[in-house]
Amino acid sequence: MLLKFEQRTEPSALMSYLSPVFAVGLMLASGMLLFLFLGKSPVEGFRVFFLHPLRDTYGICELFLKATPLMLCAVGVSVGFRANVWNIGAEGQLLVGSLAAGAVALHFPNSTSSLLLPAMVVAGALGGMAWAAIPSWLRTRFNANEILTSLMLVYVAQLVVSWLVHGPWKDPEGFNFPQTRMFQAKAMLPVLVAGTRVNAALLIAIGALIIGWVFMNRSFMGYQMKVAGQAENASRYAGFSAKHTIWLGMLAGGAMAGIAGMAEVSGPMGQITEHISPGYGFAAMIVAFVGRLNPIGIFFSSLLLALLYLGGEQAQQYLNLPYSISNVFQGMLLFFLLASDVFINFRPRLIGRKK
Amino acid sequence: MIHESSPTPRLAIKGMRKVYPAVVANDNVDLTVMPGEIHAVVGENGAGKSTLMKAIYGAIRPDAGEIRWEGKVVTIRNPAHARELGIGMVFQHFSLFETLTVAQNVALALPGKFDLAGLARRITEVSDRYGLPIDPRRLVHALSVGERQRVEIIRCLLQEPRLLILDEPTSVLTPQAVRKLFETLRQLAAEGCSILYISHKLDEIQELCHTATILRGGKVTGTCIPSQETPKTMARMMIGEDLPVIHHGEPGEGGEVRLRIDGLCHAAEDPFGTSLRNVHLEVRSGEIVGIAGVSGNGQQELLKAISGEQPLTERKAVQVCGVQAGRMGPARRRGLGMCFVPEERLGRGAVPRLTLTENALLTAHRKGMLTSGMIKFRAARRFAEECIARFDVRCGGAGSEAKSLSGGNLQKFIVGREIMQEPKLLVLAQPTWGVDVGAASFIRRSLLELRAKGTAILVISEELDELFEICDRLVVIAKGTLSPAKVTSQTGVEEIGIWMSGMWPESAAAGEPSHVA
Repeated sequence: MLLKFEQRTEPSALMSYLSPVFAVGLMLASGMLLFLFLGKSPVEGFRVFFLHPLRDTYGICELFLKATPLMLCAVGVSVGFRANVWNIGAEGQLLVGSLAAGAVALHFPNSTSSLLLPAMVVAGALGGMAWAAIPSWLRTRFNANEILTSLMLVYVAQLVVSWLVHGPWKDPEGFNFPQTRMFQAKAMLPVLVAGTRVNAALLIAIGALIIGWVFMNRSFMGYQMKVAGQAENASRYAGFSAKHTIWLGMLAGGAMAGIAGMAEVSGPMGQITEHISPGYGFAAMIVAFVGRLNPIGIFFSSLLLALLYLGGEQAQQYLNLPYSISNVFQGMLLFFLLASDVFINFRPRLIGRKK
Repeated sequence: MIHESSPTPRLAIKGMRKVYPAVVANDNVDLTVMPGEIHAVVGENGAGKSTLMKAIYGAIRPDAGEIRWEGKVVTIRNPAHARELGIGMVFQHFSLFETLTVAQNVALALPGKFDLAGLARRITEVSDRYGLPIDPRRLVHALSVGERQRVEIIRCLLQEPRLLILDEPTSVLTPQAVRKLFETLRQLAAEGCSILYISHKLDEIQELCHTATILRGGKVTGTCIPSQETPKTMARMMIGEDLPVIHHGEPGEGGEVRLRIDGLCHAAEDPFGTSLRNVHLEVRSGEIVGIAGVSGNGQQELLKAISGEQPLTERKAVQVCGVQAGRMGPARRRGLGMCFVPEERLGRGAVPRLTLTENALLTAHRKGMLTSGMIKFRAARRFAEECIARFDVRCGGAGSEAKSLSGGNLQKFIVGREIMQEPKLLVLAQPTWGVDVGAASFIRRSLLELRAKGTAILVISEELDELFEICDRLVVIAKGTLSPAKVTSQTGVEEIGIWMSGMWPESAAAGEPSHVA
């Protein structure tokens, strides 16, 4: 017998929205199996991983805290993804954004100006955009594939962070730990709910989702990017600029990732260390696709991915499982999503071998 | 098993029904095709011809109805299944992979092992035998529409089908090639192959087809024997009324020059493309100039040079409304008052998965659809609705996706969209390709109205009849060069036909102004 995939003649629009739901269901089912194989009770595993993190206000606030950088990065990269501009280097742009914002904070250790925070947000965005500008320029000038260049620049950014915190920016009173001085109070994002860590960056992220939605659905530039993504020849026929599309797609992702980086260092961390992001920039791509590149969908999918991060921490604490279990769940989610998406456009058929 | 004596129909359809959102495409359609019969399916755009054919070919599933293939009830699951049964189809919208060669494309449709060398030989054999010249090693993206159609036909013939469906097959062929194709089809029919022939060219149907089924609004309105009818009686069955007569009016005085092509040379970037050599042309306001030629002689390259999709190095090579526009992109040329209808509708003239409202925005956004970079969807929808109403686009409304429209209706929408922008210069490629008589005559009338208002119009078409019907002056393109212009009334099909092979008198070309008053 042979398994063959045939193109569906009329792909269902409804299914493209249901596919993430199937993917989540399959991820949960496989997760339970995974717990079973690891010698844990699946019910207990599910409870600890998915319910326990949300048991109180603090937990829910933590969920939104983790979801914030995911929302920002995801809405940024979706702008490009919709136009077939594949910025997969949000992680690196996030790091450079955090460095730029951190540089402002460290440069004005005694400032009491209320402009310090806005300046850091702008610096973060500019830092991320600068990092995203490199692959954009390489693509528009030399036609270098932005998938490769933006990814490679992630590792460059990580090494730059590492060099700074081990070298020039190291806290002289920090007992030789690879980290900068703590930021001063004026350089910290205000907390929204007393006693928790969720901060004003969440409002910026929600604002970014709204702006993203308006841009994608109501602006002419957003329309041009949609056309570029769906029918390149039509875009050329109408005279839309392919270069603008690439620059805008990349820079939107860079700016949002940069702000996410800023929000990390001047939010929960309060300083720059070697571990600014647990892979938010990469997880954001899963968020973007689970959210169907739609800001409304991204809001919910970022909460889901944030839950996976929290669940991983809980599993570490209460189930004695390694933290990488949350990466396993992320991976399964993406895998099942891509697999479900295949079924939207293709129908599997078993065919007997010809005699 | 087929009994030799019993006249089992090759294909018998009963009560076929297919409903799309907002449109009943087929309603209780019956169709019977005997072995060796050439059967025409005639109807206006949106009459349901393509839907019926797609159902037979397994590309869509009917909602109701019965298909009998050689006497047995079958459910045709998909095109592969249809091909297994012995049904071949040549589509109106081509289904070829652009990045593959001709031979590779054909190989994909054939069962069994890949043997590209052997296949290339077979392709050459079939193409020689049926007068469909094609080089199997060429990449499809570099082929013109006419050449792509040849690939589709050859691909079907290689599978030795027992039923061959052809959707508007002659629209891009030269008169000689049409004759040759008809010989092929008659030969196939004589060998026992049944043929379903979808066309709107009633004279061709009369010449070729044994029987005809006429569709209107998704229903069968009659069957007839074409040789016993006149084109007029068939047209009446098809559209329910007599065709309006086109009044060409007086040839234009020739106003200001709106398009001047001055010594345009452009080496094709594509290795299989045609380089343009020293092209001169003028189109004035209030006239329609036609460019005739066999596909693949530089039409695509010339169009892209005019539209700006292929910007040039020389500024003066293309002048739009007196502005040297050679280096401008399409958007800036449109800003000068040029509008353009490309030959590919889906994917170039329109975005398949966007609605008609969104497709109106594609080029007509200058007509008050934007405020400070934001889209005024209400204005876009009004524009789309007006276009649908004025140009009689049959669809489920401005919210329908472009790909849900039949080829002719989408063309009416695109032509309408460009005309409604009140261009100073309108350039059209194959304006009525694959469009039925009613719609084609409507598009031509619209062009004549536009000409009367003073628009300069350039039409590139492979349909000579059409060019003779609407153009004030004609030029011929062959091997990337343009012939001198001829006033339409002072030439004939024979002369232009000869010129189409690239043989126009040198003396006429030397130094003669391209505009003849």
